[in-house]
Amino acid sequence: MDAMIQVEALSKRYGDVRAVDDVSFAIRKGEVVGLLGPNGAGKTTTMKVLTCYMPPTSGRVTLDGLDVVDNPLAVRRRIGYLPESVPLYDEMGVYEYLDFIGRVRGLSASRRTTAIRDIVGRCGLKGVIWKGISQLSKGYRQRVGLAQAVLHDPDVVILDEPTTGLDPNQIIEIRHLIRDIGKEKTVILSTHILQEVEAVCDRVLIINQGRIIADGTPDQLHREFLGAQELQVLIRGTDADAARGALAALAGVDGVETGADQDGAVALNLACGKEADLREAVFRLCVERGWVLLEMRRKVVSLEAIFRQLTSGDGA
Amino acid sequence: MKGLGAVYRREVAGYFNQPVAYIVITAYLLICGWFFTSNVFLAGQADVRGFFAAAPLILVFFAPAITMRLMAEEWRNGTMELLLTLPVRDSEVVAGKFLAAFTVFAVAQLFTFAYPLTVSLLGNMDLGQTVAGYVGLLLLGAAFLAVGVLASALTASQVVAFIVSFFVCFGLFLVGKALPLMPQALEPVLEALAVDGHFENLVKGVVDSRDVLYFLSIVVLCLAGTVHALQGRRWGR
Repeated sequence: MDAMIQVEALSKRYGDVRAVDDVSFAIRKGEVVGLLGPNGAGKTTTMKVLTCYMPPTSGRVTLDGLDVVDNPLAVRRRIGYLPESVPLYDEMGVYEYLDFIGRVRGLSASRRTTAIRDIVGRCGLKGVIWKGISQLSKGYRQRVGLAQAVLHDPDVVILDEPTTGLDPNQIIEIRHLIRDIGKEKTVILSTHILQEVEAVCDRVLIINQGRIIADGTPDQLHREFLGAQELQVLIRGTDADAARGALAALAGVDGVETGADQDGAVALNLACGKEADLREAVFRLCVERGWVLLEMRRKVVSLEAIFRQLTSGDGA
Repeated sequence: MKGLGAVYRREVAGYFNQPVAYIVITAYLLICGWFFTSNVFLAGQADVRGFFAAAPLILVFFAPAITMRLMAEEWRNGTMELLLTLPVRDSEVVAGKFLAAFTVFAVAQLFTFAYPLTVSLLGNMDLGQTVAGYVGLLLLGAAFLAVGVLASALTASQVVAFIVSFFVCFGLFLVGKALPLMPQALEPVLEALAVDGHFENLVKGVVDSRDVLYFLSIVVLCLAGTVHALQGRRWGR
């Protein structure tokens, strides 16, 4: 298996507190993985171990076969990291800062110039490259933070809550950038925002109280944790009872509820099983009877519901 | 070593791109200047001894002022986390920062060359003694700066870093001055620990390996302590 990152039985304790408890997972090359969990679940700690900021209490973490404890410098060379607080040196200019990062990373003068030019274009820093970091807005600080993390063309990019504290437009821009980065690189990002995972990630690891409680693509998680799905339809040209009777007779429908009438149209909610897709059958039925199908929407249980179900209470 | 160079460059630029270095160096020169002039013009002695005699006490204030921000600022802003996840060894970070502080200190000493120059114009200056004095000054400065770097690594507050390193440096200074008041049995130990005797030997023109070793041991011990302090992050600092 071509695992880029391999985490085996990782535990990290701070005194008596188990921040991460016996966590194992593997991340393949090129995957964009979201670590999802409530605050304090162990996402940041996991990242701090991956980036060789602190060693694990027990367990083994390797990046492309390199152990984070035995080969920290080699691992760090291949990782780009942006901590949650987006720490930048306020007294430096943007260019000066990126140049400093390039120097510490051992890039030659010519490589630094090309790398910075490239990154300025990709991260949209053109307008601020000669400004001081202290003058930047939060959105631009975030971009500089991202630029710093990918400057040396790393194999793995680790981003800790990359969109916290941004306004909605900035959030969309940053997600765009992350998706762009994810095309070429392995990306691990942590978040407690579910839309972010759905928008950016190929795969989700849900962490709670230091343990991984779910692992899969957003679609897989949907399917796995979906009890039932709902089909909302709005039909004109019939009365509620006739529609209900006809729809209930369709194969796969577990129950039908009539909702409020809207302008002579009948609203109905169909409950159906996990895997079934009844949209086609409903459409054909309407055509057959000469009803007008005004609206049909499949309501899938959101990741949010799954997340709440998994992370609330001790029984989760 | 590229990491060390980059850290050093950034810190030196940080000192000189901001008012810090200029303020600290100006204040240092004002105070040193007073001790030098009062010795030459008021006491009428054409030598640099007044300057060298006052130096330890001045450095007790001056060294912590240079070093206080080095590590504390990085802890406070969270930049330490990013810095320590770049491909540099902790020891390179510590060495780079220490050398940057030492550079600021050394630049300040360059300006004091005006004193021996003045003396050599007024009378006979003992060149060897002056050179030994400067060696002593640089060693003393290095030792106090190393104490300051360690203190700065132990806290996220510049003020705390300043006060802690000030007290340690002042303690090393005071022990020597207070020797006559100390119990007789402790005297040899305290004398060996105190800055005074070691520094005076050098100012007198005697470059003894024991004195050099004394200052270098403080530097090595404190910087090793600093590397160790950076490991404090392991426990979730």
